[in-house]
Amino acid sequence: MSVLSLDQTSRWYGNVVAVNGVSMTVRPGVTGLLGPNGAGKTTLIALMSGFLSPSAGAVTLDGVALWRHTDAYRSIGLVPERELSFGYLTGRQFVLANAELHGLDDPGAATERALEVVEMTEPAARRIGTYSKGMRQRVKLASALVHDPSVLLLDEPFNGVDPRQRLHLMSLLRRMGSDGRTVLFSSHILEEVEQVARQIEVVVSGRHAASGDFGQIRRLMTDRPVQYVVVADDDRRLATALIAEPSVVAVSLRSDGGVDVSVSDFGSFAVRLPLVARRHGIRILELTPTDESLESVFAYLVGGDR
Amino acid sequence: MNRTVARLSAQALFGSRRGIVLMLIPGALLVLSVIVRVLTDAEIGLEVAVGLGFTLALPLVALLAATAVLGPEIDDGSVVYLLSKPVSRHVIAVSKYAAAWAATMVLGALPLLLSGLVLDPSEMGQAVALGVGAAVAGTAYCALFIGLAALTRHAVVIGLLFTLLWEGALGGVFGGVKWVSIGPWGREVASWVSPLVDPVGLGVTYALVATILVTVASVWFTGDRLRSFTLRGDE
Repeated sequence: MSVLSLDQTSRWYGNVVAVNGVSMTVRPGVTGLLGPNGAGKTTLIALMSGFLSPSAGAVTLDGVALWRHTDAYRSIGLVPERELSFGYLTGRQFVLANAELHGLDDPGAATERALEVVEMTEPAARRIGTYSKGMRQRVKLASALVHDPSVLLLDEPFNGVDPRQRLHLMSLLRRMGSDGRTVLFSSHILEEVEQVARQIEVVVSGRHAASGDFGQIRRLMTDRPVQYVVVADDDRRLATALIAEPSVVAVSLRSDGGVDVSVSDFGSFAVRLPLVARRHGIRILELTPTDESLESVFAYLVGGDR
Repeated sequence: MNRTVARLSAQALFGSRRGIVLMLIPGALLVLSVIVRVLTDAEIGLEVAVGLGFTLALPLVALLAATAVLGPEIDDGSVVYLLSKPVSRHVIAVSKYAAAWAATMVLGALPLLLSGLVLDPSEMGQAVALGVGAAVAGTAYCALFIGLAALTRHAVVIGLLFTLLWEGALGGVFGGVKWVSIGPWGREVASWVSPLVDPVGLGVTYALVATILVTVASVWFTGDRLRSFTLRGDE
């Protein structure tokens, strides 16, 4: 059982802050590291795997600092986002080399065991250059599992993997977690993280924005004021009617036509809007959410007082 | 020395297009030696071969071999698979160096010996001296270039500038450059092995000590750079 901790960890490159005062504890089980692209997920994983020195703060595995601590790799398995460039090796040769580098007693047996776990025994005789993206991911995973590590770090493991292989990878990760390993993987897709992770850590712009189980994170992301633009045949009358609704927080008229509406509870707003329009005989021509992108969801989380 | 790292490095050397170029250079040197031998008398021929072999073929082979075992892996980040292991970074550096060094000996030093034999078959000692000198220079070249590959992604360009501009052009104009050029150290050792090779005038002790210093320092530096390897994202 291993615990990874970040204590007020920051990392900057010159003037650019990649990770800003992050504190988190990663315990046994599956943890999802969720955030938009460029949020600092890879930087965090680099810090957690000892491949980056923190500019401030500490990154420790069971109390031992990771930077330049070569022996820590006995208990860490890392699956980087980078593509494998060992195209001239077969999958088996590659995993075997990893086993040998770990100095295992029986690298051959460890290789076969790891290949079996990721169900790559059969294609392992082929060159990596001929593999599909999902197969490469699985070989990378096998190479990270070959020494039976207690910590498994994966950077965007589902990127570019087809749906069937994705399900397979997800069930693998869940199994690793329930075996008592400390598994952390990064992703920019909430649905992906929800399906695998028990614990979710959200990072946005290098900051730790939220932390909790998927129910808590889901609520944080949906129970927030949402902005819509509604265009009707009579904008002013619609605005008057909408401000009477409890789910509506603010209404303003646009100079070029349309009404900006801020909604606190978008579930009931979705039910109420057509009823209101019908009761007042107003025709709705257009309804557009203005901030539905994932980035704005994350931006909201960062802006919140957490 | 880690055999797995050395084996992987050897596979990287010959698993890429670089491997073919690496074979072509000694091939070209030998073909050229045969042509020169047929067309001219031995004296001039040997000068040409030594000149080309020492100043061009040998450093090129060392440069290609040394950068091939480290450069691409650092560039594309896949060296992280080697480094995420409980293996000392200095051991990794030494093992990678060993693979590049072996290639430099076989494809850089040995062809110079053969070239010497082709050009002047009667003087075995002279050919051996050339081979030994090339082995000494190749040892230092290889280490220097692997250090460069650990330092910058432009190692090939900087290595070429060092050989062609510094050792080649400037070395030809200013005599002092020979003290800080690797090729002349090798030639000095060659002249110590056989009197038939003209000495450069550095003294064999200086040549050997400088070679050892550069080799040890560069390989150690490579290991130190690997200790500080930083994983970056695709952005």
